[in-house]
Amino acid sequence: MAETNFHIGNAAGFATDRVDAGAPVVKALIDSGAPAALFYETLAERTLAYAQRNRLRNPDKGYNPDLDRFLAPVLADCVAHKIPILGNFGAANPVGAAKAIHRLAKELGIDGIKVAVVEGDDVREGLPSMQVQAWEEEPLFDVGRNDIVAANAYLGARPIADALALGADVVVTGRVTDSALALAPLLHHFGWDDADWDRVAAGVLTGHLLECGAQATGGYFADPGYKDVPNMADIGYPIAEVTSDGEITITKPAGTGGRVDERTVKEQILYEIHDPANYLTPDVTLDLMAVTAKKVGPDRVKITGARGHPAPETLKVTICFAGGWLGEGEISYAGPGASARARLAADTAKQRVEREFPGLPVRTDVLGLVSVLDGDSGGLAGALPETEWQDVRVRLAVNAEDEETASRAVREVETLYCAGPAGGAGVRLGVTLRIKTASCLIPRESIQPTFRLVEADNE
Amino acid sequence: MSDALVEVPLREIAHGRTGDKGDRSNVSVIPYAPDAYAYIDEQVTVDQMRDAFAHRGVGRVSRYDLPLLGAFNFVLDDVLQGGVNGSLNLDGHGKSLSFLALSVTVKVPETVVENARQARESDRGE
Repeated sequence: MAETNFHIGNAAGFATDRVDAGAPVVKALIDSGAPAALFYETLAERTLAYAQRNRLRNPDKGYNPDLDRFLAPVLADCVAHKIPILGNFGAANPVGAAKAIHRLAKELGIDGIKVAVVEGDDVREGLPSMQVQAWEEEPLFDVGRNDIVAANAYLGARPIADALALGADVVVTGRVTDSALALAPLLHHFGWDDADWDRVAAGVLTGHLLECGAQATGGYFADPGYKDVPNMADIGYPIAEVTSDGEITITKPAGTGGRVDERTVKEQILYEIHDPANYLTPDVTLDLMAVTAKKVGPDRVKITGARGHPAPETLKVTICFAGGWLGEGEISYAGPGASARARLAADTAKQRVEREFPGLPVRTDVLGLVSVLDGDSGGLAGALPETEWQDVRVRLAVNAEDEETASRAVREVETLYCAGPAGGAGVRLGVTLRIKTASCLIPRESIQPTFRLVEADNE
Repeated sequence: MSDALVEVPLREIAHGRTGDKGDRSNVSVIPYAPDAYAYIDEQVTVDQMRDAFAHRGVGRVSRYDLPLLGAFNFVLDDVLQGGVNGSLNLDGHGKSLSFLALSVTVKVPETVVENARQARESDRGE
């Protein structure tokens, strides 16, 4: 019986995901007639560091730059049909995002919208005075160092659910676990107890299945001839139909591309999972060992068997810090003997970089032979036979402490134009600041997550 | 079709997906048809996976079995050679690595290969 279920749609799995994914999901949620929520997951580990840098440049920014483009196609329909929107698109500035949503609502002629924020995840100031513990096998991070760009604790679902209880049409967060964005509306709708571990585990699994958007519906999946996926250009983003007992059915909007079957769902169940019996979240320890996935109709798979154990006493904190520069240079070689010329080019550039910058980490690849599957020292590439005709690209990459070194090193690819093998073409050079991350744990009681409604700015 | 053993890439009987956290990668290996499970269990060992990723400087390898789901999960430490923090590889997340795992070979009866193919075909038409 559909009306006993709660439906959750996902409209984004990362910060720069497709902005037109939400509209078909919202249409399907409305058509179902079931109570529903929509969420956007837009905050990978490093994204918060870039957001903090944006906020430093402009104190009104620091939230997802595509916020308006994500929300404009769906906001009016969601408000009209009481489908709350949740998103960690607040990034480094949830209040700034909330005010931007008020401005957007005004532009769209939507009256009386309630926008809530959840805060308390930003621990950059407070971290040095907390009882920091090492995370897994990482060495304990020096939280006193002065190059930290962002430090945020992963909040759980409770403050988000409490924000929904304020009647919020939109709940904006910074760092929360991705799964909390799906668990929160379930806690709120069904009134599940926070310590009802199996149901909370089902809510976390729901979020885990949805949080990467199209990865549950045929994205990051297609392998022509083995795993075919129709109409990937219009792939439908996932919807979970969840019962009050925590049974999950994954599906997608009618008329969209992509597919939902046992294979797409199983791949996503194990995505980024290590020990499947102990997936730690601030809400529950999820145990996947008894989970089953069963196809129950076209593009419909039912998932049961999530088990929960008490949540850990600590919260995970991700710290972002500036970490040197990545320099990359590329040049193409094509036609007869291309791979031999490319290898000669790679060796030449590498030799010059190593001579000019002794000890600088440097790697070369010939893209088109073997590259991303290879190791830094080229173990696979060295074993490949030469072939007659190819269209390949040499890539050289370095890790440098400073921008100048990275920039000078990659210029050794550019000099191949005139001083390298015959036919070198299409040089591209790039130098990128690396944002590195480390993790640590803090006692749960070190922080106090807050939730509140944010009003529009008077204009 | 016969019970004669054939040596095939794992990709003929299973699919999978890579995920990452730090300098650690996980690769799921999911049989297309149930009869492949026991052969993968027996042959796609931690040692075999360590060999396949030796050129990536792999450290500890763990395998978790999920017979109810019908899947295996391999966790490969250090294969990202610095991870997104420090990798010089174009693919710092290791998103392409499932296809390296699926290129290890297994010896299975022809029927197992055929059943995997049929499972793929039957999933295609809907």
